[in-house]
Amino acid sequence: MSVTITVNGKAMDVEPGLTVDGLLTLLNVKREYTAVAVNREVIRKSAYGTLKLSEGDKVEIVRPMGGG
Amino acid sequence: MYDTNLVLGGKEFTSRLIVGTGKYSTLPIMRDAHEASGAEIVTIAVRRVSLPGTGESILDYIDTKRYTLLPNTAGCYTADEAIRTCYLAREAGLGELVKLEVIGDQRTLFPDVMGLLEATKTLAREGFTVMPYTNDDPVMAKKLQDAGAACVMPLGAPIGSGLGIRNPYNIKIILETVTVPVIVDAGVGTASDAAIAMELGCDGVLMNTAIAGAQDAVSMARAMKLAVEAGRLAYKSGRIGKKLYATASSPLEGLPDWTS
Repeated sequence: MSVTITVNGKAMDVEPGLTVDGLLTLLNVKREYTAVAVNREVIRKSAYGTLKLSEGDKVEIVRPMGGG
Repeated sequence: MYDTNLVLGGKEFTSRLIVGTGKYSTLPIMRDAHEASGAEIVTIAVRRVSLPGTGESILDYIDTKRYTLLPNTAGCYTADEAIRTCYLAREAGLGELVKLEVIGDQRTLFPDVMGLLEATKTLAREGFTVMPYTNDDPVMAKKLQDAGAACVMPLGAPIGSGLGIRNPYNIKIILETVTVPVIVDAGVGTASDAAIAMELGCDGVLMNTAIAGAQDAVSMARAMKLAVEAGRLAYKSGRIGKKLYATASSPLEGLPDWTS
């Protein structure tokens, strides 16, 4: 059993009950200067450990890039 | 000569040049160009992390103790997208100073001023220090100020065009219309363009491509630093009026008589 979520536009099968924190660890993403939105809502860092991802969730993980 | 500092969101800046972090050929060149520019504020974009997230970060090349980061909303076409991008930036720990762009057209990258005004209102209410990229339109500049913008940033010419300050008269009228700082954002191609903006009385200039795209980005960054300082100093010094005919610089009296 797994749930399918979309992370930065790509489909991904993950374990049920995976938290945002768990996802970041799984993807080896540094926490510093990183932000996460789930289904268009920006997630507070304090909620990373408790927010569980569900089937169909759209996750965006962003950080600073070069720009003007 | 005595000069005041540029104040944005209660923070004071000595440098009046704001530079970008995009389009540099390498990150070490970007770092050296930032150094040469003397800038204290650098713009950044907020984009998807490449996954897995092991790649190098642009922030490895920006000393965040020294530079104030200015996240932008480039690429946003609606107020909603721009507002959410600012929330992301704040949650990422990039602060509350934001360069607000709501783009209205892909080819010109001209702003959608209706969306811009809406986003400015919301973000100012939410405690952001909003720096909106706008048209060279004095009426819109005033509306943005009234909506809570910390400054207004009219374009000199389209983003990345290098066409310079296309409508100095409108920029001048904006300067007479608003009390918040006026920062020319976009259009600068070379040092004289930056100097012209500052000579008009602008409070600052923001540029990315003019430096990053130059053959020698580091020396162009220094040229821009000098141009912004020279333009500012010339403005503060009070230039002479323009006249159609000559006025001699040397005394007309006391000329030797060479007639025979």
